[in-house]
Amino acid sequence: MSEVLSAEIGAGRSTATRVLTSRGAVMWYLVLAVVIVLSLVVPRFASARTAGFLLLDVIPILMIALPMTLVIITGEIDLSVASTAGLTSAVMGVLWARGMNIYLVLAVCLIVGLLAGAFNGFMVTWVGLPSLAVTIGTLALFRGLALVVIGDNAVANFPRGLTTWATSKIGTTGIPVFIIIVLALIAIFAVVLHLTPFGRGLIAIGFSKEAAEFVGIDVGRAKFYLYVATGLVSSMAGIFWTLRYSSARSDNASGLELAVIAAVLLGGISIFGGKGSIPGAVAGVLMIGVINYALRLQRISDVVLIIVTGTLLIASVVGPSIFEWLSRARHDRRVHKDLTITANTPLSPAS
Amino acid sequence: MNRLWSVLRWREFPVAAALVGLVILTYSVNPTFLAPQGVKDLLLNATILVILAAGQTLVLVTQNVDLSVGSVLGLTAYAVGVSFATFPGIPIIAVFAIAILLGGVLGAINGLLVSVAKVPALVITLGTLYIYRGINNAWAGGKQYFAGDRPDSFGNLSVQTVLGIPLITLIALVILAIVAIYLAGVRSGRDLYAIGSDSDAAKLYGVPVTKRIFAVFVANGLLAGLAGVLYASRFNSVGATTGAGMELQVIAAAVVGGVAISGGVGSVVGAALGGLLLTTITSSLTAIRVDKFWQQAVVGALILAAVVIDRVSSLRMTRRLRVSEARNV
Amino acid sequence: MRQAATDLFSTLGVPIDPDRVAAGLSIADQQIIEIAKAISLQAKVLIMDEPTAALSGVEVDRLFSVARNLRDAGSGILFISHRFDEVFSLSDRITVMRDGRYIATHRTADVTIDKIVKEMVGRDIDQRFPKTVAELGKPVLEVTGLSRAGVFNDIDFTVCAGEIVALAGLVGAGRTEVARAVFGVDPYDTGKVLLNGRLLRPNRPKAAMDAGIGLVPEDRRKQGLVMELSVARNVTLTLRHVLAKMGIISGRKEHTLAARWTKTLQVKAGSLDNAVSTLSGGNQQKVVLAKWLATQPKLLIVDEPTRGIDVGTKSEVHRLLSDLAGQGIAILMISSELPEVLGMADRVIVMHEGRITAEFSRAEATPETVMRAATASTEVVA
Repeated sequence: MSEVLSAEIGAGRSTATRVLTSRGAVMWYLVLAVVIVLSLVVPRFASARTAGFLLLDVIPILMIALPMTLVIITGEIDLSVASTAGLTSAVMGVLWARGMNIYLVLAVCLIVGLLAGAFNGFMVTWVGLPSLAVTIGTLALFRGLALVVIGDNAVANFPRGLTTWATSKIGTTGIPVFIIIVLALIAIFAVVLHLTPFGRGLIAIGFSKEAAEFVGIDVGRAKFYLYVATGLVSSMAGIFWTLRYSSARSDNASGLELAVIAAVLLGGISIFGGKGSIPGAVAGVLMIGVINYALRLQRISDVVLIIVTGTLLIASVVGPSIFEWLSRARHDRRVHKDLTITANTPLSPAS
Repeated sequence: MNRLWSVLRWREFPVAAALVGLVILTYSVNPTFLAPQGVKDLLLNATILVILAAGQTLVLVTQNVDLSVGSVLGLTAYAVGVSFATFPGIPIIAVFAIAILLGGVLGAINGLLVSVAKVPALVITLGTLYIYRGINNAWAGGKQYFAGDRPDSFGNLSVQTVLGIPLITLIALVILAIVAIYLAGVRSGRDLYAIGSDSDAAKLYGVPVTKRIFAVFVANGLLAGLAGVLYASRFNSVGATTGAGMELQVIAAAVVGGVAISGGVGSVVGAALGGLLLTTITSSLTAIRVDKFWQQAVVGALILAAVVIDRVSSLRMTRRLRVSEARNV
Repeated sequence: MRQAATDLFSTLGVPIDPDRVAAGLSIADQQIIEIAKAISLQAKVLIMDEPTAALSGVEVDRLFSVARNLRDAGSGILFISHRFDEVFSLSDRITVMRDGRYIATHRTADVTIDKIVKEMVGRDIDQRFPKTVAELGKPVLEVTGLSRAGVFNDIDFTVCAGEIVALAGLVGAGRTEVARAVFGVDPYDTGKVLLNGRLLRPNRPKAAMDAGIGLVPEDRRKQGLVMELSVARNVTLTLRHVLAKMGIISGRKEHTLAARWTKTLQVKAGSLDNAVSTLSGGNQQKVVLAKWLATQPKLLIVDEPTRGIDVGTKSEVHRLLSDLAGQGIAILMISSELPEVLGMADRVIVMHEGRITAEFSRAEATPETVMRAATASTEVVA
């Protein structure tokens, strides 16, 4: 009955080394490398204009990727994010067209996001339904409600001040002002996940729900909060989208959920839960955004990007799987050898 | 009498009841709803979805999912267009074969990655959704094939009817029957339920899990290929965006029809009914003169209702088992 | 197919409708179906693992007559059980195993329960345990009338400060279930749990933790640790809120705390940042203990504390538990290892099939009395 593997491992790597060689960090190196290469190779890439359009494109995906990372880390998923954004956009359009004060409209939109997220959270944690099924349902339901609210119409005449602000840039750098809000969000989510007790709890839930319960973590409540946060951020993304394009339509942000999930998985977040970081997710989003923009500059069709995204996604999950299989095979062989030795050791006489 | 009550416990009962109820309701408000042309259109529209839902059922039952079916359908439908254009006079049966086999190959790639690399199907098929769509875009570019590009006999499959049922729908029904019998009657089909309920236990029973999962994805690919060829017959154009977004509709149809996302339960008949229900809702809403904008929302509500019903009945089941399993302590 | 099934069922003497769904069948009927499956596969050997755990008298009789018929027809039956009356009633030969090793085989007709018990227990129970006798304080844990339908019934016991109470019994007796109910991971139907005189809210592990209870669970890998996380993170998981100032956790404080406790318990790990999965079983268990000791509990529940651990670490853990009791902590120890129970406990409570069957003081507890209570066998030793 004695444990066979008693060897202790040698001294571990320092914190700095671990962080710098983590999957998230590697993604960042790749992103930087890609940016450098593209700046050299693709004309007009390294310009303020690029930064502007690239970041404006990427902002909604980047925003939603943040709570999505936390949701996936706890082992769940949310496919309804784009529909929440679309619903928000529709509500925004309709209320504005009816003459409501714009700031009141924005407040209502945020509440819509909160309620949508709370509904998802309720279904997953309280009713106990699988999140994939629920959010496929709410994906359709919220998008459907968007259609009901605004129909075929598009509302376009949003306040000039707001729409210009949404796309305005910081000085001559070409970086959108809105990025500041996004950076704040990134900071909040990064701190929550990596530096707070709540975040520690989320990671524990993702790796082992049972072990988390055994240290008193309220798994249901944590997941509920995450879904509410996801709904809120999705509505923020919907508001941004509407202001950026100065158009509220029922099909705004359609299909965005897959882009977000693909980017997050690419950034090293494991679909099994527990593993992943905010910096990694951000890197994943940037990677896809950067390549996408460069291809468009070169007038290469989105086709190539789509294939590349898909291949990267598959490679990023199959790779670690193969690696794990190899190391497990090595481990099993070692254990087998030791067990054979133990089994062949004669039993000391008991009587 | 007991037999009657046991019918109520069928997984397929809610969706069947909903379908019947919807049809009756619509008919009572607007009798033109059941006119022959209307019924024909309904069946035609449902056919594609039903075949895809049947294939997805096979996958869902084993506790997997295949998000790439929309892209597979697009690719195979486009391949049909290309075939007719490149080989004029090609026999229709050959075109069927090309599309189905192409679907099978695409499904096999999915199956290989899922069963051997042990990566969740959600991620793999999300990736192939992109890759296959990208290939479709690359191949088609801006080109589209229209109704005029295909032989009349091919297009007629969607127009000619036997007993009021379009030919392609009959093909779908035959396929449906085959898959249903396989799942319910053939040993390897029943194994799928075991895999979806508890794949470790299934392994202990001697079920070849890896082989079955691979086969399931191949089968789903074959069926998606078939759906692609029927799509090319039914609709007026195939191009780069054909089938985009269908995957969620397909999963919705299956879930509404009683196939659980968590695997282990559900039937092809249920999924087919689900597909039929979803298709009927569109026509229904138009017939009752409800804003067609409500359709999506109703679909979403149905999915949620189906999942909740499933949860409630499984909770009841667990409680019953726990009580019966309890020791006399 | 349907006909074959019906025929099989009638051979087994059980009228089951072949068309009905398997879910909802009584356990007894489910077992009959399993056996029918085996027969239909023309099984030459049928292995039944604790088949009567959920059966009542009549169903047990039916199962046994089916088994005897199978035997008479030429099949071999391997019947795994710890219920002596059934073992002696059904079997032709009995094989005893202990600690994963084969001990002996006897013809049922030629052996007594007493001999079997002796072989199950083994002779190596004279090891000296580093047990200091501690001064007993006030009752820390008081459990009264705790019941959960089908799992355990009418559980009453007390654990005082400085006391080590062992909860003994065979696997499946319901001890872990009681511990889980006390700690709040599982609910219970009736009864009360008092900690230091205060009523403890049921089914809330956080409430138990706040009241000062720690639970070192039975399954170290799935329940006691998050295997993928580092040693430091695991040790500090219980104190994550305490480590945070204004909501932010200080990595340095985390490390210091982890270092202090791993040093105290002498956990051998290359680095605190290594994943806890790289540690040996003994050191993993020490990490679990460290995690709970860091919360300074008033009651420590340990479920199979030395299972799967090397001998050296085993005695370290025993010494640790003894020291803790000396410091005034109440300890409830669940163990299936008789030597450990007899060596460590101030009192031994024995459970059998969800009920407490006996309570012994340290002096009264012997291998035979404990094993007898654990198996609820009625044969009296000469």
